[in-house]
Amino acid sequence: MAGRGDIHLALGLALLVAWGGSQVSASEIGDAGKGAEIWGECSGCHQIGPEAKDAIGPKLNGIFGRKAASIEAFPYSRSLERAGRDGLIWTLETLDAYIENPRTFASGTRMSYRGLKDAGKRADLLAFLRDFSDKPRDIPEAEPTARRTLPELPPEVLALKGDPEFGEYLASECQTCHQASGADEGIPAITLWPEEDFVLAMHAYKQKLRPHPVMQMMAGRLTEEEIAALAAYFGTLEE
Amino acid sequence: MILNRRGFIGTLAASGAVLAAPAVLGQTKPRVVVIGGGAGGATCARYIAKDSDGAIDVTLVEPAEVYYTCFFSNLYIGGFRDFESLAHRYDKLTGDYGITHARDMAAGVDRNAMTVTLAGGETLSYDRLVIAPGIDFVDGSVPGWDLSKAEIMPHAYKAGPQTQLLKAQVEAMPEGGTFCMIAPPNPYRCPPGPYERISMVAHVLKERNPTAKILLVDPKEKFSKQGLFEEGWQKHYSGMIERIGPDFGATNVEVRPDTMEVVIDGEVEKVDVCNVIPAQRAGEIAAAAGVTDDKGWAPVNPHSMATHADPNVYVMGDASAQGDMPKSGFSANSQAKVAAMNIRSELTGSKAFPAKYSNTCWSLIETDDGVKVGASYEATDEKIASVDSFVSQTGEDADLRKATYEESLGWYAGITADIFG
Ligand SMILES: Cc1cc2nc3c(=O)[nH]c(=O)nc-3n(C[C@H](O)[C@H](O)[C@H](O)COP(=O)(O)OP(=O)(O)OC[C@H]3O[C@@H](n4cnc5c(N)ncnc54)[C@H](O)[C@@H]3O)c2cc1C
Repeated sequence: MAGRGDIHLALGLALLVAWGGSQVSASEIGDAGKGAEIWGECSGCHQIGPEAKDAIGPKLNGIFGRKAASIEAFPYSRSLERAGRDGLIWTLETLDAYIENPRTFASGTRMSYRGLKDAGKRADLLAFLRDFSDKPRDIPEAEPTARRTLPELPPEVLALKGDPEFGEYLASECQTCHQASGADEGIPAITLWPEEDFVLAMHAYKQKLRPHPVMQMMAGRLTEEEIAALAAYFGTLEE
Repeated sequence: MILNRRGFIGTLAASGAVLAAPAVLGQTKPRVVVIGGGAGGATCARYIAKDSDGAIDVTLVEPAEVYYTCFFSNLYIGGFRDFESLAHRYDKLTGDYGITHARDMAAGVDRNAMTVTLAGGETLSYDRLVIAPGIDFVDGSVPGWDLSKAEIMPHAYKAGPQTQLLKAQVEAMPEGGTFCMIAPPNPYRCPPGPYERISMVAHVLKERNPTAKILLVDPKEKFSKQGLFEEGWQKHYSGMIERIGPDFGATNVEVRPDTMEVVIDGEVEKVDVCNVIPAQRAGEIAAAAGVTDDKGWAPVNPHSMATHADPNVYVMGDASAQGDMPKSGFSANSQAKVAAMNIRSELTGSKAFPAKYSNTCWSLIETDDGVKVGASYEATDEKIASVDSFVSQTGEDADLRKATYEESLGWYAGITADIFG
């Protein structure tokens, strides 16, 4: 039900936002040695190194600077393919957010990984991955153009309980393109989307972490309250 | 379980909501009459009927049984869609939403008596009136042309037989012949529409009649997505399209349908097909209702889409003068939802929230080469004002252009379902 989901997601978001605004940024390069140990969580599906091949997941050599979903023969999810086409490039920042919560980036990603909440561990893992890129020394420690992050928001704002009727009105704007029936040719379906994924995705567009100009614009002007209202409305449809 | 969303009314503090006093509670069902079953009118009728759960009686006055969308009609001309794919009927609006379809033209509006008279003589009374008749053409804007000449020089700017005629004419052009378009002055429906049409005609001629020429006579200095279209024309149709702008006399044009001539600043050109898209104004019924201004459009309150002339009369879509939004099907649909919310609020006391509007227009330049432009808008007291925008970039890679085209197919399916149910 909507209530419980809201609290859960509020906590997740608080973390996301706190990292965006704090000093200990995950985009600072970590310890590749420690990262090699964390790699154990990935190696069941991904390979890396000179002999690496695509497996359950794509090989991760040279992942930095690569366009998302760009290995020709690999069967990526439609979500990730769409992100790639829309221009998502793997950088310290985007990889960091993807690893933190894969669904933030691509709701329908096939990567069945819960996500790594600890920013320090993510930095270590990224340092490890970076060593397998073409010219690791050329990858700057942080992105040259720091992106605007959301202001740190008090938890009570994040815990906002949305008004579903307001959400219903706001959702009518989505339905000019996204069909209520859930058809998804050319434009993805948004019906029966878990509330948490929805909120994460809207914030990712808002922060321009997810590419796509229309969605960046649409989400960019949604307030916290409006995102909560939309989530609440889509929540009522789900039951 | 489907939660009854209406159950929330009054139980939750509304976020930014205005609780309006219901205007006509107590009486029998409040009545809304909607004139025009296009992108604006049909959306408005559907949202009022859907969201009021039968509490409001909605009558849609529209003479046609089948609505052909102007959007994607250029793709039909280009051979990318068949004609039937543009057709939409009103059976879901009547069957699923309980809307009454009065198949007639609205002939007059008496705002004092709050009635609409139909061409057939019937009179409908309303508590709120929606006028969404789209456009009509300004008489005399292209000397030599009037509606009686549209069988020779089609406008094809209201979709239907006109669109079929233009397509047939293009396909029957003699080898190496000339297609001419007289483009309209601002403001007009679908700013990129004439240029998408040029692209589609070029696509057909390139395949069937590669030595043919296209002459675009345009009274405007600049046009929508100009950089993108010009890049595409250079790339796909090099040497085929000539544009004559105002510097070279495009504001001084006359047509001679009987001899198939176009006179540009005194110079006579013989052409084989001439697509005349005249200057435009709100559909005639808006003027007849007395809600238009001296420029021929109906000024509206940006917060609600109610007319300045009469708070009980709403105008949306192409016929409205609202500020920054282009006249498009997307805009009409977006405005209709704001109007529907406000009309419901006034008639049944449901919540009204601050207006939000948006628009995106996709255009196809050549097979799999799609571009788009869009913006989001908010209501200020003065006008609907653009707050953010984007446009496709020149030099984008082929994958992205193809994805943009595919996105437009998704949009077409989405918006037509949102308009007609
Ligand atoms: C070639 C072309 C391409 C376009 N491409 C796009 C596009 O890609 N995307 C986009 O968003 N927009 C596009 N448009 C614009 C879009 O078609 C219009 O902006 C949109 O249809 C406007 O909606 P409306 O409801 O105001 O008018 P309309 O859709 O024209 O509807 C008006 C309706 O009112 C009826 N009517 C008129 N007078 C009366 C009366 N007195 N009584 C009863 N009924 C009446 C008419 O029969 C008609 O059905 C395009 C337009 C053209 C011409």
